[in-house]
Amino acid sequence: MRQLRYLLMGMYFGIILTKSEVVTWHKIRAMFYFREPDLYLIIGSAVAVGALCVWLIRRSKPKTPFGEEVTILSTPMHKGVFYGGFLFGLGWFITGTCPGPIYAQLGGGEFFALFTLAGALAGAYAFAWLKPKLPD
Amino acid sequence: MTTFILNPWPWWISGPLIGLTVGLLLFLGSRNLGVSSSFRHLCALAFPKSSLPYLATDNVREASWNLLFVAGIALGAFVAVRFLSAHPVEFLPQHYHSLSGALKLLGGGFLVGLGTRWARGCTSGHAIMGLSNFQKPSLYAVLSFFAGGLCAALIAKIFFGALS
Repeated sequence: MRQLRYLLMGMYFGIILTKSEVVTWHKIRAMFYFREPDLYLIIGSAVAVGALCVWLIRRSKPKTPFGEEVTILSTPMHKGVFYGGFLFGLGWFITGTCPGPIYAQLGGGEFFALFTLAGALAGAYAFAWLKPKLPD
Repeated sequence: MTTFILNPWPWWISGPLIGLTVGLLLFLGSRNLGVSSSFRHLCALAFPKSSLPYLATDNVREASWNLLFVAGIALGAFVAVRFLSAHPVEFLPQHYHSLSGALKLLGGGFLVGLGTRWARGCTSGHAIMGLSNFQKPSLYAVLSFFAGGLCAALIAKIFFGALS
């Protein structure tokens, strides 16, 4: 159960990503071309609920059912958020897919997503190789 | 009710439920939502003897939760498509099922992998988790995601007439 819980929570996330259709190319294009507000509303309402969760957890400092301290990580500022973020944005538009939906597409039977995953793994490998030469 | 579940869910249902994932993962698992680090872990697993520090220093034990989580995403999508949808879900458009489509997915996927690892997060880690935690780096990351995507949209519109 200790490990299985992550699989179950992943399933929860996968079901909602799929039913919200954020896993479809069409929905991502509609967002970037401002054809429908759905994606902006989804991200906005997700952040509102997520922020409420983070606030509640910070306030009550709960332990998980397995007795672990709940730790909320904080990301330090670095240049990569600009450079990498921009490159990811280009890829997000071209593929119509961000990382979570790649796995959802594969599970949902869209096997062309194997190309997206292969590309993403090659990109991560390229980053591992280039990391010493890139601005942090 | 059944029809409601079998149809695509509106933003005011799916958005809050996506946000709830942040709370579920923290409260039940003490983990911070994120998906793109799985690319690093999969590379580290594929090249266990790599001398590249980024892969060699990856702690696969520590990462196992993340790989289970993304496997769960795939399983969840299977359940959603198979049992919770009245109509087939069109993930990619027909014209992507071609050689040129495959090349676009490979090239675009490369940018997704390189970009998210450089930025240390994607739409899940920065846009949902990071913004929920009011982190400035995540805000800059999200603005950069959209800068990149909107630039690509503009270029596609000018040179290829939108749809491709």
